[in-house]
Amino acid sequence: MSTQPHIANQVVLVAPLLGPLVAAAAGGLLGWRRSIAWGAVAASVLILLSGVLVGVRTVGGGAIGVGTVLRADALTAVMLLVIGAVGVIATWSGVSYVERELAAGHTDERGARLYALLVPAFLAAMVLAVLADNLGVLWAAVEATTIVTAFLVGHRRTRASLEATWKYVMICSVGIAMAYLGTVLVYYASKQATGGAGSLSWTVLAVQGDQLDSGVMRIAVALLVLGFGTKAGLVPMHSWLPDAHSQAPAPVSALMSGVLLSVAVYALLRYRVIAVEALDPRFVRNLLLVVALASLALAASLLISQRDYKRLLAYSSIEHMGLVVVGLAVGTPLAVAALLLHILGHGIGKAVLFCTSGQILAVENTTEIAHVRGLLARQPVLAGTFAVGIAALLGLPPFSLFLSELALMRAAAGAGMGWVIAPVLLLLVIVFLAVARHTVGMLFGDQPVPANDNSGAAHPMRLSRLESTPLVLGLVVLAAIGVVAWPLQPLLQAAAAIAGTS
Amino acid sequence: MSEAAYVQSLNLVVGGLLLTAVLMLWWRELRAIVRLLVAQGVLLAGLAGILAIQEGDSQLYGVAAGVLLLKGIALPAVLRRVLRDGREATESEPLVNAASSLLAAAFLILFAYAVSRPLVALAPSPATRALPVGLSMVFLGFFLMISRRRAVSQVVGFLLMDNGIAATAFLAAAGVPLIVELGVSLDLFLIVLVLQVLTARMRLKFGGTDLDDLRQLRDS
Repeated sequence: MSTQPHIANQVVLVAPLLGPLVAAAAGGLLGWRRSIAWGAVAASVLILLSGVLVGVRTVGGGAIGVGTVLRADALTAVMLLVIGAVGVIATWSGVSYVERELAAGHTDERGARLYALLVPAFLAAMVLAVLADNLGVLWAAVEATTIVTAFLVGHRRTRASLEATWKYVMICSVGIAMAYLGTVLVYYASKQATGGAGSLSWTVLAVQGDQLDSGVMRIAVALLVLGFGTKAGLVPMHSWLPDAHSQAPAPVSALMSGVLLSVAVYALLRYRVIAVEALDPRFVRNLLLVVALASLALAASLLISQRDYKRLLAYSSIEHMGLVVVGLAVGTPLAVAALLLHILGHGIGKAVLFCTSGQILAVENTTEIAHVRGLLARQPVLAGTFAVGIAALLGLPPFSLFLSELALMRAAAGAGMGWVIAPVLLLLVIVFLAVARHTVGMLFGDQPVPANDNSGAAHPMRLSRLESTPLVLGLVVLAAIGVVAWPLQPLLQAAAAIAGTS
Repeated sequence: MSEAAYVQSLNLVVGGLLLTAVLMLWWRELRAIVRLLVAQGVLLAGLAGILAIQEGDSQLYGVAAGVLLLKGIALPAVLRRVLRDGREATESEPLVNAASSLLAAAFLILFAYAVSRPLVALAPSPATRALPVGLSMVFLGFFLMISRRRAVSQVVGFLLMDNGIAATAFLAAAGVPLIVELGVSLDLFLIVLVLQVLTARMRLKFGGTDLDDLRQLRDS
């Protein structure tokens, strides 16, 4: 399939795996230092770079591979870009985040070492998930993120963070176990279809999709949607998400929201190609649509009276994943291109917002929306970043989420699913009003009542350039890909040709 | 192995798996339940061994040994350590009593047989006809998780679920490809270690592992 020299492929595919692993090993061995932290940033840049290179090679169709284990096509390239972009923002912000946590005594030497070890390990697991051709390896890599992030969620060792960690590990493990059962059943179906050696290779399964037994595949697909849906924060197994996101360190929340949820949806994207071949496409569509609309409705209803701004962002992630799965249910190439752009836009935007929220927490010492008031007057840069990020997330132009939401609606209408647009738009309006109301209160509300924080006025902390640069950069990129379609457009179309079905 | 001997030993092992699963729901003493997990690990390894002989697959012998090591020895050892560190020998007043638990188990097993009909229909054989047992174990494990309050019981429920999935994989397809099996086993082992650490922390913070204490995080 490839005309490129073999050795170059190996470098392009192995480097994004090896880079974070080296950074993780260095962090684990040497502990937290600035140079180690910058190593994690470099590893993220490496992932981004390899995404670009893979994109250049696969934009015309086809795939590159190393052995039978690693394989990359245009869809992989898009996901590498997502992981890399979110990774850069999160690890860059992480440099000052951990230093501030150490200074404030919220964490110690050991906690910082764990952070330096686990964050790059998380990136490596996610890269493996999108590079793996074997769907079983994809599963194992997604499951590995639960292990890696468990101690990151519980880093503060308070009762609340312990509770969040326990629920996170339990719910995600059970959910993802369902996906494993689904994977086993797909393997069973494949084994019976070929009458001998079965396969879990996506390349093979995508070709033999129509030979797979529909009775077995129906159960398998339901389990896979439930299982990977757990990791994507979809109803009915979403309840870990707001707890974990609100307790995790801000850069880790950014990574979970921008990368982990996206990679779980990516798994569904791959399986959908097989499922629509093996099953009645209407079954797959309805299943995804029910999950998507339920997630949207749940997120909208809980956003209205939300009191904690980190949980606000977490429910917003559920909302956006619901939207992305609506695109998955539609499933045409246009819808897939739109949902991939949405994943990228949401990843970058949410990464900026979670990192900003971490800094708001550091300045204001509270996560209660009601206790953060008049932020714009006191912290113009911080508040400005937050406001612009929220505007991007709510789908205002010129940011790319505006484009992708528009394209999703057009795709739904084009696929004869126009009726879906009405409930989705209604829920989006509710989300818009709810989030806007909370944000306006935080930015402009009356000066804070001297509540439980004693540090408000005595803490005239300003954002350093180190802290604000990655956030501003993220917003600029978000606006840029909303305005200039090139060079992303051809890559998205190539990816949509792989995962979309008309 | 003759066909009759194969079918008999297969049914014996599968029956043993189901029996241990049901006993886990019935018994309340955590130490005894961990012993049931050991038995289940040995039976799973036996299942892999029987299939290895039947299929003449040398790789499966290795998998059988690995299963014995992981599920029969390593994971129960971790759980025993958790029990030794704490002093909670029995499940305190379960949310569902033993009689209703067994009734629920009966329904779940019936349900598993109903759900797995298309699975058996695809390729009827002595092994696939036992597939409902694998699914039953998954359901029973899930029920155990939601009906018990001790942290250790939830871990046991999770492991029962996982054993059920492993049994399903062996019965349906004589195990998954080796690379996947390795990844899955590694993940499982690490998850249980993570849960062990979390249980220890919980005991420090809450003075016990009653999961009803976990109710601080909620929306408004």
